[in-house]
Amino acid sequence: MGMTMTQKILAAHAGLPSVEAGQLIEADLDLVLANDITGPVAIHEVEKLNKKTVFDKDKVALVPDHFAPNKDIKSAEHCKCVREYAKEHDITNYFEVGEMGIEHALLPEKGLIVAGETCIGADSHTCTYGALGAFSTGVGSTDMGCGMITGQAWFKVPSAIKVVLKGKPKKWVSGKDVILHLIGMIGVDGALYRSLEFTGDGVANLSMDDRFSIANMAIEAGAKNGIFPVDEKTIAYMEEHSKKKYTVYEADEDAVYDETYEIDLSTLEPTVAFPHLPENTKTVKEAGEVTIDQVVIGSCTNGRIEDLRTAAEILNGRKVAKGIRTIVIPATQAIYLQAMEEGLVKIFIEAGAIVSTPTCGPCLGGYMGILAAGERAVSTTNRNFVGRMGHVDSEVYLASPAVAAASAVTGKISEPSELGI
Amino acid sequence: MKACGTVHKYGDNVDTDVIIPARYLNSSDPKELAKSCMEDIDPEFVNKVKEGDIMVANKNFGCGSSREHAPIAIKASGISCVIAETFARIFYRNSINIGLPIIECPEAAKEIEAGDTVEVDFDSGMIYDRTKGTEYKGQAFPPFMQKIIKAEGLINYINEKNQA
Repeated sequence: MGMTMTQKILAAHAGLPSVEAGQLIEADLDLVLANDITGPVAIHEVEKLNKKTVFDKDKVALVPDHFAPNKDIKSAEHCKCVREYAKEHDITNYFEVGEMGIEHALLPEKGLIVAGETCIGADSHTCTYGALGAFSTGVGSTDMGCGMITGQAWFKVPSAIKVVLKGKPKKWVSGKDVILHLIGMIGVDGALYRSLEFTGDGVANLSMDDRFSIANMAIEAGAKNGIFPVDEKTIAYMEEHSKKKYTVYEADEDAVYDETYEIDLSTLEPTVAFPHLPENTKTVKEAGEVTIDQVVIGSCTNGRIEDLRTAAEILNGRKVAKGIRTIVIPATQAIYLQAMEEGLVKIFIEAGAIVSTPTCGPCLGGYMGILAAGERAVSTTNRNFVGRMGHVDSEVYLASPAVAAASAVTGKISEPSELGI
Repeated sequence: MKACGTVHKYGDNVDTDVIIPARYLNSSDPKELAKSCMEDIDPEFVNKVKEGDIMVANKNFGCGSSREHAPIAIKASGISCVIAETFARIFYRNSINIGLPIIECPEAAKEIEAGDTVEVDFDSGMIYDRTKGTEYKGQAFPPFMQKIIKAEGLINYINEKNQA
């Protein structure tokens, strides 16, 4: 029986000629990640292990990004815990404020993960690296801690859903619209315990930043991982960012999939997920009149350079509507610098937006843009659960950078065409 | 091993943000986390819950973030077992890894109501609703996971494996 792309990567890392869905395996890990929220719990847990040293100091990444720069005293203590552990164990890939970025934008940018590798991270959006043709998945702190010490993790080999992408998206339609559309189709548990394997000629029409956004939100459909085939764009990205040797795996032609969905990218419209689940999707045209108080452009889903370019293209020469707090957060220092060099930061500030240092901040209701009761935000982040960005009676509408920027200008959920562009 | 207690019932897609809101994640102390458990979905939970009580929910329980603080908060609040139609996968792993018993059983999840007295036998996977007089067969853990549970979590499992 043929294997899916995910199954092939897992088999290779378990030292097995083949694996099948449902099989329990122990696989070698190429990268193990934690942040300032999940790291301290992992560090506390691994103190109970007999073995104290990390399996490979070059294959552990510790990134304080959620409540960093430290938002309060307790967060400062958490960041300190991670910092001291990194120092004690001589962790190569610890990123202090000044070097750090949002982990899932930072790690690919630093070339720490490439095609064919396995990664676990104590953060649910670790599935982002599937965009590079790697197997990567989110786990909890104990799994992460044990992976950091042993270099291995146990997995139940997932079955898969095949998502065939066709055609080319229209102007102002991005990877975010693709994944929101898919989650709207299959639901927040539509891919529970399974892989989402993207394929089809439409993949070539998606940039790497689009693919990162799509793979990033595979977890919002319940998926174990989301994964893209490796093509010229993937190879160009890896060659630019990494010195690591990559391995290209392809699904067998006779691989078995639980289900197959087809999406014609040319038919997609700017899409928004209404509160309080990412599956509550509507096109912006169907959204009706929804006035807003805040716009957030950033996060591990949409804080990359293309996202900022798109937002800047819309905000250039325009002003955000009076009273709309518009918060732009470049995901990494390199993206921030590039946005400055390209004049994007100037455009944002002249439009009346603010530009923050990299942080997960508002996405999870940490800081840097918390909502009061009754307030609404259009956000390029990944979750719109009850209370996610602040008060339990606030609302988050998930959308692309294009929709977020257009909404900032009009003060209500809008798409760029409403601005005549 | 058995659990017996009063049921706290929830619906579909209970996410980790409502189980333990991120504003409390600047702590990792189980007791402190337990004080805010379920706050955004059921502010009265922390006042109602008694040691040994059982949580029952419908599909995709624990979806969202990977925060292990979610099963830690539930366990520290006194809950002895969570029964659901399905669990989100990271929550499922985390629960096993920290030793919070969880059982998938769609029928039980559907029929058991808030306030019922429910008994769970972890060895057989049987769930008994003592209020209604009904019983259900929950999904037993595969042998591999039973080993982790028997070792009382992943940490001990790895320690035992390394000693062998």
